Amino acid sequence: MIFSRFFRRRTPPSPQLESGLKRSRQGIFRQIVQLFERSQIDRELFDDLEALLIQADLGVATTEALLERLQERVRRGEVRDPVEAREALREEMVALLEAAMRNRRVKIYQRGVPFVSLVVGVNGTGKTTTIAKLARYHLDQGRTVLLVAADTFRAAAIDQLKAWGERLGVPVIAHAPGADPGAVVFDGMQAAHNRGIDVLLIDTAGRLHTKSNLMAELAKIRRVIQRHVPDAPHEVLLVIDATTGQNGLNQARVFTEAAGVTDIALTKLDGTAKGGIAFAIARELGIPIAYVGTGEKPTDFAEFDPEAYVDALFFGDEED
Amino acid sequence: MFEALTDRLTQVFQRIGRKGRLTEEDVDEALREVRRALLEADVHYTVVRDFIAAVRERAIGEEVLRSLTPAQQVIAIVHQELVRVLGSERVPLQWASQPPTIVMLVGLQGSGKTTQVAKLGYHLRKEGRRPLLVAADIYRPAAVEQLRTLGKQHDLPVYDEGTKADPVETVKHAVKVARDQGYNPVIIDTAGRLQIDEPMMQELERMVEAVRPTEILLVADAMTGQEAVNVAKEFHRRLSLTGLILTKLDGDARGGAALSIRAVVGVPIKFIGTGERVDALEPFYPDRLATRILGMGDVLSLIEKAQQQISQEEGKKLQEKLLAGTFDLEDFLRQLQQVKKMGPLTQLLEMIPGMGQLLRQQQVQISDDEYKRIEAIILSMTPEERRNPDIINYSRRRRIAQGSGTTIAEVSQLLTQFKQMQRMMAELGQLAAGRSRGPLRGLLGAGNAFPSLPGLDGFPGIGTAPARPQPAAHHGRHQSKKKKKKRR
Repeated sequence: MIFSRFFRRRTPPSPQLESGLKRSRQGIFRQIVQLFERSQIDRELFDDLEALLIQADLGVATTEALLERLQERVRRGEVRDPVEAREALREEMVALLEAAMRNRRVKIYQRGVPFVSLVVGVNGTGKTTTIAKLARYHLDQGRTVLLVAADTFRAAAIDQLKAWGERLGVPVIAHAPGADPGAVVFDGMQAAHNRGIDVLLIDTAGRLHTKSNLMAELAKIRRVIQRHVPDAPHEVLLVIDATTGQNGLNQARVFTEAAGVTDIALTKLDGTAKGGIAFAIARELGIPIAYVGTGEKPTDFAEFDPEAYVDALFFGDEED
Repeated sequence: MFEALTDRLTQVFQRIGRKGRLTEEDVDEALREVRRALLEADVHYTVVRDFIAAVRERAIGEEVLRSLTPAQQVIAIVHQELVRVLGSERVPLQWASQPPTIVMLVGLQGSGKTTQVAKLGYHLRKEGRRPLLVAADIYRPAAVEQLRTLGKQHDLPVYDEGTKADPVETVKHAVKVARDQGYNPVIIDTAGRLQIDEPMMQELERMVEAVRPTEILLVADAMTGQEAVNVAKEFHRRLSLTGLILTKLDGDARGGAALSIRAVVGVPIKFIGTGERVDALEPFYPDRLATRILGMGDVLSLIEKAQQQISQEEGKKLQEKLLAGTFDLEDFLRQLQQVKKMGPLTQLLEMIPGMGQLLRQQQVQISDDEYKRIEAIILSMTPEERRNPDIINYSRRRRIAQGSGTTIAEVSQLLTQFKQMQRMMAELGQLAAGRSRGPLRGLLGAGNAFPSLPGLDGFPGIGTAPARPQPAAHHGRHQSKKKKKKRR
């Protein structure tokens, strides 16, 4: 049951909810299963696959690239029937994600030396919630955590992070609303050192990547961090919402230029959208996905696993 | 918004245009490009299919193939179809016959509901209403606090019962308060939810049952991908939506979701969100958006913005000064500040026909910091210097540069450009006086001349050269002194 990974819940879901999820899952899975039930590989199969991949937000270019690989394998005679085609497509998709995974920087956590994680993204993707989940995740691994509220712009963003801090029993460094984010980060870095914190998580304001002054602000935050620890930030997480369409590619590109994104956190995978844009980002920019978020609770969170993801996204649990 | 789509269509049709007469294959080739562009703009797969089929049917009709201007014909068809899908005309907010009118905003997490509630309140108060905002999102930490803060910042009353109360009860009480105290409309902020989250969707249904909102608006993020359709369909099935608010259109998302949702759900797009500032909410005009998709700019929106910011009287005075050539730096500063109120510079420029494509082609980055730099320079002058820039000698320039955190060269550059502009305006003035029916006359004579346009050439950062790097030191300096909170 691959989905248990993605839809892990603390309380058993209500029957309606379960059936609701199933309905949305079945939509695309039923279609894909039926797709491969036909007797031979024909033009129509490819047309239908194109429709499915595009509807999953992989984008035209990535969809074409995947289907070309598949076609090539058909031509070479490696793939002879729809069942083999299905396996081949699955392999290609996993391989695409794994190629980007190889770019991952090894994360080394040391006692008392702050591992600095900077969390960035456009508005409304779930940065603050992701911070809470990351905090929970590190606490579970026995690390001490400090949160920094560098979103000084959005009304009550500081309160939101403080509320999470209280719930998780984690200290939060914050200034007044409207304060200079660089100054908050400066204080956070200092506090992390003084207290011998293991993991420092920095929440930044949501910003559209088209606002050059705000992107410059991120670069400044980076400089402030590097003044304390030259090899930090150790992780720059770009939070991308699974419902995001092709614009996600622009987001990843510009945030990487400004803030040196190291990994993607793909959020809101509990919905019906499955974040196919991550394939496009992996393919075109080689940025790996590190984490997935599957709900609003701090425990609705997992490290990314390409195989599990591709299965959950396209090939589902067939036993259903 | 929709830029890449615009550029793409322009390219395709330029290519066709060059070939002259159109064959059926030409049409299909163009449509393949249109299809690709629409898919890349996140228009839903099936919507694209239907759209292309409709355009094709009309485009291969005899009159297009025989036409001497086939490209224009195809553009016209695509444009008409876009308008048709987006909705042929603007649908305003509905008002209840029995006040208060209740407007409820729903949507996924992070689509921008809370921000739009504040914007809508601000917008309607500007139209003379007395809105009451209701915080019914008890789930997201500090969501209630966020609306309270926004209310306080913009002097808009907010009703909430904390985070322990049942949101349905809160909403009921809020409506009663509005009725008793004469608030109208009531604007409800609901919690973000997935369309498949059964208990949460039921909560919305109970809320609708309890207060029977006049408007139920789905707030959708312009960056949403293919899923927009399913989300909108499900919200519509459960709640019978009356309209849409499309947010985050100030980014570079192509916003194909707007087309998809319109096509599938059929409810009108009522507003678009174009920034985080409370005034960044605009009524949606389908024809304008379709026009804009086709690269014809959005001059109407720009004029409307200018009208909102500049009073008739002020406009007239300004115009006289401009034409008489007595326009000084003091006036320029005032204008600059008004333009600033209209929104970010890049956004304004995008609305001018052809400018959007030009800017992207040249990779020009226009920073609003340029405003600040110019403002700082002028503010560092004495009133006398502003009225009579000719007296600014070298030592005055040095003082101004120091005071504004810029260089002497930058001060000189501004002065030179200002002088050029003054001369240009004076010439225009004579021209306008001589010919009463010229196009410029009409523009200026409206009393609402774009205050920004004459000055555009004068902005140091705007030209075809890439923006020069900002010296970090002074950038930080005067930014930190002023407007710390107003970063957008």
